Amino acid sequence: MSAEPIKERMSGNEAVSEAIRQVNPDVMPAFPITPSTEIPQMVANFISNGKIDTEFIPVESEHSAMSAAIGAEAAGARTMTATSSAGLALMWEELLLAASNRLPIVLTLVNRTLSGPININCDHSDGMGARDTGWIQIYAENNQEAYDNYIQAYPIAEDPRVHLPVMICQDGFITSHAVENIDLLPDDAVKDFVGTYQPEEYLLNPGKPVSVGPYSISAYAMEAKKNQEDAMESAKDVILETAARFQALSGRKYGLFEQYRTKDAEIIFLLMGSAAGTAKQAVDELREKGKRVGVLKLRVFRPFPEKEIAEALRRAKGVAILDRCESYNGCSGPLGSEVTAGLYRNKVQIEAVNYIYGLAGRDFTVQHVKDIYEEMRAVCAGEKAAVQHQYIGLRENKN
Amino acid sequence: MRTDVSKINEQTPHEDLTEGLMIFAGGTSKQFRTGEWRTNTPVFESGKCKQCLLCVPVCPDGSIPVANGERGQFDYVHCKGCGICAKVCPFGAITMKEGITA
Amino acid sequence: MKNTIEIRWHGRGGQGAKTAALLLADAAFQTGQQVQGFPEYGPERMGAPITAYNRISKDKIRVHSNIYEPDYVVVVDETLLYSVDVTAGLKREGALIINTAKSKNEVMKHLHGYKGEVVTIDARAISEEMLGKNFPNIPMLGAVAAVTGVMDREDFFSEMEKSFQHKFAKKPEVIEGNKKALCAAYEAVAYSREMSLSA
Repeated sequence: MSAEPIKERMSGNEAVSEAIRQVNPDVMPAFPITPSTEIPQMVANFISNGKIDTEFIPVESEHSAMSAAIGAEAAGARTMTATSSAGLALMWEELLLAASNRLPIVLTLVNRTLSGPININCDHSDGMGARDTGWIQIYAENNQEAYDNYIQAYPIAEDPRVHLPVMICQDGFITSHAVENIDLLPDDAVKDFVGTYQPEEYLLNPGKPVSVGPYSISAYAMEAKKNQEDAMESAKDVILETAARFQALSGRKYGLFEQYRTKDAEIIFLLMGSAAGTAKQAVDELREKGKRVGVLKLRVFRPFPEKEIAEALRRAKGVAILDRCESYNGCSGPLGSEVTAGLYRNKVQIEAVNYIYGLAGRDFTVQHVKDIYEEMRAVCAGEKAAVQHQYIGLRENKN
Repeated sequence: MRTDVSKINEQTPHEDLTEGLMIFAGGTSKQFRTGEWRTNTPVFESGKCKQCLLCVPVCPDGSIPVANGERGQFDYVHCKGCGICAKVCPFGAITMKEGITA
Repeated sequence: MKNTIEIRWHGRGGQGAKTAALLLADAAFQTGQQVQGFPEYGPERMGAPITAYNRISKDKIRVHSNIYEPDYVVVVDETLLYSVDVTAGLKREGALIINTAKSKNEVMKHLHGYKGEVVTIDARAISEEMLGKNFPNIPMLGAVAAVTGVMDREDFFSEMEKSFQHKFAKKPEVIEGNKKALCAAYEAVAYSREMSLSA
C-alpha cells in the first residue's frame, strides 16, 4: 500500500535534512564544511525547535566527528554525520575503523572536489577517495533520490547480514543547493520503514559486556578482513530487498543501477549522480533522431555490481564510461577501471571508452553527451580508434 | 552470539570468528595464561610484608590478589615475572628467583 | 522540451537575485509546475557578479546543467551591462528584462545587437517608493512574471503573498511594501508591453 505523497519543493540539502528529521537518529556529531554545512545547520534547528531529540555533538574537526560517531554507534546509538571534500578526507582513518568495527553509521556526503587547486564545487573525488574504506556508497541523481536513499540507508546498514556503514552521496551545489520538486513520505511511514534500532550487542548494555575494535594479531586480522568483504558482497541482496520494500511504500523503483532506454541501445552512457539526468535528456533528443542510445546510471558504487553491469552492457556495441573524478593513475578514472575490468572478466567484448568530465564544478551539458555519442558512433563503426581517458569540456590546443 | 573465547584460536576458520573481531564477553584476559611466559619468578615473604600494597597497582597483569585489605600469594597463572613488584617493595618482601617456579 | 521556460538572472552579490530566482520557483511550484531554481556558486562576495537560473516546466526536469540559451534574461543591476555579456545565447523570440531608469534605446547600445524584446523597469525607483529602500529583486520578480507569463496573474499574486508571509514572518512590516512593489512592477511592465504591442 503506497503512502500518499506530500508534494514539496526543496533543495537537496533540505531534502536530506527532512529525511533526518523523519528518522530522528540518536546522535549526530558533525563539523561544518561547504557544501554540506546546511545539513547540520538544519538538524540543529530541528533540535532547538523541539522537532527531534537527536543528540548533536559539535566537534572540533571531522576526524573527531567520525571518532565520536564510532563511539556513539558502538555504544548502541543510531548515529549519523554529514560532510564534504576535505572533511571526508580528514575522516579517512576513522572511516576504515567504522567499517572494520562493523558499525552501521550513515554519512550524508555532499560531493565536492578534493583540493587542489582549492575549489568548492562538485566532483566525485571525495567519495572516490573513500572508495576502498569499506563503506557502502549510494549516489543520487537529484533531491528526490538523496531523500529516498537516506531513508533506505539505515535498513541496509543495520541488517545483520551487512552491519556496515553507508555513505549517501549527492552532487554538491548541483543538487544540494538547487530547489526542485520532490515527493515526501509521511513521517510515520518513514518511521515504520526505518524501524527502531535494536542492536544485538552494544557497549552500554549492562550485564552483556563487549569489546569493540580489539588489537588483532596477524593470525586473526586477515580473516576479519575477509568477513568484512563478505558482508559487502551480501549487502547487494539487502540493498535490493530494501529497495523493493521502499517501492511498495513510495512507488519509486530503485536498484543497483538504473537502465534508461537501454533495451535496444547500441551505445550506452554509464555515469553517476546529477549528470545522469542531463544524459537522459540527451538520450531523448538523440532517440528522436533515431539514434539507439541509453543511460546506465550507477546508483550503488560500493558494493560494485561488476557482473550486473557487464550483463547490462552485453548487447550494446559500445559504452562511454564517464568519470567525474580523476585517478591520477595515468590510464583511467575509477569507474573506467572497474567497469572495464568487469567487462573483461565477464567476457563482454564491446568498445569501452573512458571520459573524464565535470571536475571541480565544470558544467556538463546535453551537448557534451551528444559529442560523446558522435565519437562513440565512429569508434563502434570502426571509423576511428578509441582514445581512452579523454577529457570532456576541457580547453585545449586542437593542433 | 556471545563469544566463547576458549573455542577461538589460531586455527579457527574466518566464518567462525566474530564480526569485527568484537569480543562479546567480559574478563576474557583471565583465559590468557600469560604465566607461561615467565622466566623469572617473584617470591613473596609474608613475614617481611607490611601490607603497604605498593606492589599491587604496579603489577601490569593484576597478578597480586587482594582480599580484606591484604595482599596474598602471587597468581602465577598470569604473572609474567617482570620484577616491577620486587623493585617497588620498600621492605624486601619480594625477591626474584631464576626459573619458572618459586 | 518546449514546455520548459529557461530564465537566467544576472545580479550582484547581496542584491537578492538568487532569492528572487528561488521565490519564482516557489510561486511556480505552488501553481503545480515542475521547477528548478539554482545559483551558480563561486567565490561570492557582496557586489561580485552572480548568476542564478530557473527552469519551469509542465514536465519533469532532469537536466542539471547551467542555462546557455535562455528564453529570458533578467538583469538586476544595469552596471553589469558593461562587464557581463548578458545577452549571450538569449533567444531571439525571448526577452531581456532590465532594472534601469534609462530608455530602451539607451540600453540597446550595450546589448551587442540583440534583436529580441527588451523590457526596462525602474525597479530601484519602485522599491524606494514602496519599501523606502533599494531592494530591486522583488519588483524584478514582478516584471519577470508579467513578461514570461509562467503563471496566471491572480495565482502569482496570491502565491507570492503566501511566500512573503513565510519569508518575512519575523518582519511582517515589510510584507505590504513588498506586495505593492511586486504589483507595481508587474502592472507597469504589463501596461508598457500592451502599449508597444498596440502601437
